[in-house]
Amino acid sequence: MLKSRMNGHPLVYFDNAATTQKSRAVIERMSSFYKNEYATVRRGVYTFSQLSTRECELVRERCRKFLNAASASEIIFTKGTTEAVNLVAAGFGRKFLKPGDEVIISGMEHHSNLVPWQRLCEEKGLALRVIPVDDQGELDLEAFGKLLSARTYLVAVTHISNVLGTINPIREIIKMAHHAGAWVLVDGAQGAPHEKVDVQDLDCDFYCFSGHKIYGPTGIGVLYGKMKHLEAMDPYQFGGDMIETVTFEKTTYAKPPAKFEAGTPPIVETIGLGAALDYLEGIGYSEIHQHENELLQYATEKIKTIPGLRIIGTANQKASLISFVMQDIHPHDIGTVLDQLGIAVRAGHHCAQPLMRRFGVAATARASFAFYNTKEEIDQLVKGLHKVLEVFK
Amino acid sequence: MNKPAQVEVRLDDLYQEVILDHNRKPRNFEKLEGANAYSHGYNPLCGDDYELYLYVDQGGTIKKVGFQGQGCAISKSSASLMTIAVEGKNIKEAEALKNSFVDLLTKEPVSGEVRSAVGKLKLFEGVKQFPVRVKCATLIWHALEDALKDIQKK
Repeated sequence: MLKSRMNGHPLVYFDNAATTQKSRAVIERMSSFYKNEYATVRRGVYTFSQLSTRECELVRERCRKFLNAASASEIIFTKGTTEAVNLVAAGFGRKFLKPGDEVIISGMEHHSNLVPWQRLCEEKGLALRVIPVDDQGELDLEAFGKLLSARTYLVAVTHISNVLGTINPIREIIKMAHHAGAWVLVDGAQGAPHEKVDVQDLDCDFYCFSGHKIYGPTGIGVLYGKMKHLEAMDPYQFGGDMIETVTFEKTTYAKPPAKFEAGTPPIVETIGLGAALDYLEGIGYSEIHQHENELLQYATEKIKTIPGLRIIGTANQKASLISFVMQDIHPHDIGTVLDQLGIAVRAGHHCAQPLMRRFGVAATARASFAFYNTKEEIDQLVKGLHKVLEVFK
Repeated sequence: MNKPAQVEVRLDDLYQEVILDHNRKPRNFEKLEGANAYSHGYNPLCGDDYELYLYVDQGGTIKKVGFQGQGCAISKSSASLMTIAVEGKNIKEAEALKNSFVDLLTKEPVSGEVRSAVGKLKLFEGVKQFPVRVKCATLIWHALEDALKDIQKK
């Protein structure tokens, strides 16, 4: 894919925050699993089903190791981060939160870590509080401290902003929230691809991420939850696999993780996720950091020289993405011109409309880098942006 | 896939001088005082967002059109040119023009009737080569449709 051409030009793929391209190892592992190993899981008495089940459970263990969870049973497979947040909002929020309780989110949340909480608050008569974002794109922790109270039941915050690139101080946020007696869910959709996560060290209550943003397939993601929470929570969906015994009068539920995994899971996607984590950790976070930081610094310096360009999000701790606007040229027009030059960027509100309003823009263009990108590609982007200026002179 | 040289041509087809001019200096870009029909055109995907105001007289003639809002070059220039195109037309004629314009951008092949009906607006045909941008060009025309419904209800 990365060797493809788009509109006659070699593809420059800078939409990694939306979804990453897949390594050959992932594609081949999934393909070989379909060809040679595929069978249902947790249902068959026959050998292939047992092997298939075992492979999937090995991936669960792989995810445990990836996040350093205490137990593999704390790893719930979901469709992705969105489903993970919805699972917690439904299974935990609906069961425990009462009118008058409060949920705190941040002003830089993706709609997926905002709308489920808003909906829950509407349903249950809760108050939704928002941690403000400063002009650089950092969270105002002093204001956060003032929002926290005995009424705060849960804090849901993103690890890394998909728009600003800000790496939030989640360790401190978790500490402050726990001090106030609140639980913390960390949206790791952008975090896990860039930062090594240790859920025990962070002491977060929930952490979730998506497979497809971390070089794995779509349709698979992970929710980590502390076992005591998972045991207390209600199931999210109901059906096969998540039960212990069923009669027409009453059903008792299986223990976590099965309790939260109703129905036949995305088997091959699970296998693909395992291959993706092997691939990612095979390269290593320190290598990834170093290369991505170099790309970020190089791109920031180069892009800054373009007349009239304004970078949105200039936090001190930043992951490898740049959101920007150019004079009064609409980001979609920027995106179309770049597309014609073979450069894939995102243009729009990035599922973060309140944040767009915070910075007084309707939309931004965003270039997000992965470790497979190069400085030469950034040079292409800069050339493309000059072309944009030429078209809209 | 297109060759680089074709890319230049395609971009020129899309961002023609007239379109760029109307993007820079949109005509009738104002909230119309005394308007008796209104609609709001919004595309949540790209954030194009316009308010459209019409003043339609007793005989059903669109006397004045104004719009405000923000969006990309295609949506804004399309809105600007629409206001000029429908001014002085009656409701039926404006609806017919809207249908022709939408056909121009969504139907293939484009009939001779459609092409002559849209007149100068056929410069938007280049947008067709950019399928995701078609809705930018048609947004204001759908808003027009809503505004005309608004007046007919009154």
